Amino acid sequence: MDFGFRLSPSSAVDLDKVNLALYDRLAELDPGIRTCIGCGSCSATCTSSAYSGMSVRKVLLALQRGRMQDVEKMLSNCMLCGKCTMVCPRGINTRRLILNACRLYDNVEEEV
Amino acid sequence: MEYIAVIGGGIAGMETAAQLKALGLEPVLIERTEALGGHVASWHCLFPDLSPADKLIKDLKSRLEGVEIQLGTEVASLNPLRKGYSLVLSNGKVYPCRAIVFATGFTQFPAERKEEYGYGIYDHVITNHDLEGWFNGNGDSRVPEAPKAIGFVHCVGSRDIKAGNSQCSKVCCITAIKQAIEMKERFPKAEVYCFYMDLRLFGKKYEDFYIRAQRDCNIHFIRGRVSEVAETIDGRVQVKAEDTLSGRPVRVPLDLLVLMAGIVCNPDNKKLSDAVSMPLDDDGFFHSWNNVVDITRSDRPGVFLAGACTGAKTVPEALAEARSAALNVYQYLKGSK
Repeated sequence: MDFGFRLSPSSAVDLDKVNLALYDRLAELDPGIRTCIGCGSCSATCTSSAYSGMSVRKVLLALQRGRMQDVEKMLSNCMLCGKCTMVCPRGINTRRLILNACRLYDNVEEEV
Repeated sequence: MEYIAVIGGGIAGMETAAQLKALGLEPVLIERTEALGGHVASWHCLFPDLSPADKLIKDLKSRLEGVEIQLGTEVASLNPLRKGYSLVLSNGKVYPCRAIVFATGFTQFPAERKEEYGYGIYDHVITNHDLEGWFNGNGDSRVPEAPKAIGFVHCVGSRDIKAGNSQCSKVCCITAIKQAIEMKERFPKAEVYCFYMDLRLFGKKYEDFYIRAQRDCNIHFIRGRVSEVAETIDGRVQVKAEDTLSGRPVRVPLDLLVLMAGIVCNPDNKKLSDAVSMPLDDDGFFHSWNNVVDITRSDRPGVFLAGACTGAKTVPEALAEARSAALNVYQYLKGSK
C-alpha cells in the first residue's frame, strides 16, 4: 500500500551494537593502531585515494564503527605501495595493518 | 660570597634572576650567546594581545640592575660540594653556589628534517621563526611581495613519533593564528589557510583570538595534516593534505608556506643533568620532582627548574615558573641555614 511517504532507517551508529571483532583482533596484533588521531596524512599521500576512495584513516574509523562493507571496498583498492606508512606521525605500520585486515577479514566474518 | 647560579638568559632566567635579587639573594645569570632574551628576543610580537616582544625584553632587562651577568660563556663544569655546587664557566670564572636554577629553555625543531615539507629545498617555504624575523624588518627573499595565497602547517615536528618528538609543542596553534592574522592584515587580498590536526587553544584569551581569525580575518582552517609539499612549474608550492572533514584530498598552490616548527629539548640538558646526577625525562626535558604540585623543583636538593627546560611553555607560564623557582630557592636557603 502506498501511504505517500515511507520511513527511512536511522543512520545513527549504535556503538553498543557495533561488531568490533576485526578491529580488536587487529589491535591485538599491533596495539599501535589504537593511537590513530585521524590526521589524514595517510589518505592525503595515498596514490589511490583520489581515484578510488581508499583511505587508511577511513578504514580505521569504519572498523571502529562496524561498517565492514566500506572496509572491504576500500581495502580492495589498496596497491600496497606503503606511502601511508612513511607519513604516519604516530608511526603506525599501516601497510601491515592493511595486510592483516585482508588476511583476517574472511575468518572474522565467519566467527561472528 | 655565595651565589645562586641561573643558567640560561632567556625570559625565564632573566625573571628568576630579577626575583632572586629582589629577595635579597645574589644571582649570577649565565648566558651562552652574547645577548639576553633567548627565543623571545627574536620574536616580533606576542599572542594573544600582539604586544611587542622587544618591550618585554627591555622591561626584564631593566629589572636586572645589580645582577651579575656573564654573557658569551657556558658551564664548563658543575661539581657538587658538601653544601652547594662549584660552578666553573668556560671563560675561567668560578662561582661557589648555594643553589642552581636551570633555565636552559628549548631548541626549535629543525624543520629541514621533515624533508617532505621542503624547507631549505623549495623557494617559498619558511618557518614561524623566519616569519617573525621578516616581521622585524629583516628582509627575506622567500617571502613574495604580494602573495595571493599563504599556508600555515601546524605540528611540524610535534606530536610526531617518527621525528622523535611525541609531545605537543603547545604554542604553535596560537602562534599560527597570530601569524595568520598578521599576514592577513598585511595582505588583505590573500587567502590564508591553516592546516591542523587538532587546534589546541587552551590559554587565556586564545579562543577569542581564534574567533577573530575566523570571523574578522576569514582565515580558512583545514582539518588535515599536510603529508607532502611540492614545487609547481611556476615556482609556487603545492600542498597536499586530506580535508578530513569532507573526507577528500585537497591540493592548494601557495605563494608562501610557513612551517610551525615545534619545541624540542635543549640537547645541553644532558650534560648539565649528568653533572648533578639528575635524571632527564625521556623526551630530553628536565625531570620535575612532581608534575602537579611543583614543576620547578627537581629531585636534587638545591637544584630548581624554570621555564621551557621542563617542556613547552608559553611566555606567561615561563615567567610564572621563574617566580616560583626564585621563591623555591629562597625557601630552600631559609630551611637549610
